[in-house]
Amino acid sequence: MRPEQGTMQSRAQAMATLLELLSDQPVIICNGFPSREAHKLADRPTHFYMIGSMGNAPAIALGVALSKPGKQVIVFDGDGNVLMGMGTLATVGALKPKNFIHVVFDNEVYGSTGNQPTISNVVQLEKVARAAGYINVERVLDRDDLVYEFKDMLKKDGPSMLLVKVNEFVEDAGRVALEPPAITARFMNAIE
Amino acid sequence: MIESDVFVQALENLGVNFFTGVPDSLLGGIIEELLTRKLYTPAVREDEAVAMAAGAYMAGKVPAVLMQNSGLGTSLNTLLSLNMIYRQPCILLVSWRGFEGKDAPEHLVMGETMPQLLDTMRLPYRTLSEPTMMDDLRWVGQTVMKQRIPVALLIKKGVIKGLHP
Repeated sequence: MRPEQGTMQSRAQAMATLLELLSDQPVIICNGFPSREAHKLADRPTHFYMIGSMGNAPAIALGVALSKPGKQVIVFDGDGNVLMGMGTLATVGALKPKNFIHVVFDNEVYGSTGNQPTISNVVQLEKVARAAGYINVERVLDRDDLVYEFKDMLKKDGPSMLLVKVNEFVEDAGRVALEPPAITARFMNAIE
Repeated sequence: MIESDVFVQALENLGVNFFTGVPDSLLGGIIEELLTRKLYTPAVREDEAVAMAAGAYMAGKVPAVLMQNSGLGTSLNTLLSLNMIYRQPCILLVSWRGFEGKDAPEHLVMGETMPQLLDTMRLPYRTLSEPTMMDDLRWVGQTVMKQRIPVALLIKKGVIKGLHP
């Protein structure tokens, strides 16, 4: 089923569900609307909201995960982002950080620039992650599966990828009000 | 020539405790020493290495990224839109391929234009030399923490002992 057929949940709905299951874990959120939506849904000091450096969210999270092995690190990523930084799937798969959960909201478009198609409709990103060495890999479409699989990944050793098929709906969310240096300082303080 | 273990020890003394990057032949000796000390996390692209270092910095580490200068091109957007915008310091150990036009063709344009590129990026840099090594490293350490942006130490051929002398 294609996301534009409209029966799927939106990224913001899926994100809200996941944020309810999280508390003080570090969350790295990719650039564009995902960061804006996460900031609108639940602003926590443990959130690192990205602007720019597209494709680098899992690499930032990997640096955190390797340096803080006692903390479970979450990435909120998108299909366009994963395609741009696909090499990092290999780095994560090779290093196998146990405390690494990579959530990919896959709407098959570059939603922040006008819904130009990506190629995730034909390239199954969770299969790429599996081939690269991720331990737990799941693809989910509805809310019940999303909750079940994410709870399960929170209990397991990773690295894990949860690919969530979402529709193209974009939440009405403004730019993150915090200045980037303040985001850095607040995040550092919160995960100390 | 500076011995690789002396250079790595000097970086450790400076407080650097997270090393990542993409190899270059000029950096081969340093990377071998870092691997022996179990301090090196290999990356597959320089922008990934820079982003990984940013994550490590935010998690309390003092990071350094090794790359050849071609990697400055690959990591340009990450350096500008992550490190410089978010004020995330990082020590860049960059081998100066193509210095004075004596290298393989692919290195010649970057070898000649790199200082202007770094100036344009407003990225502080200094070129390492054996007699000034301690002063160079002190400057890198002070500048990176004061300005909270990436600072590059440029490494020419023959300054640090490589794998093949």
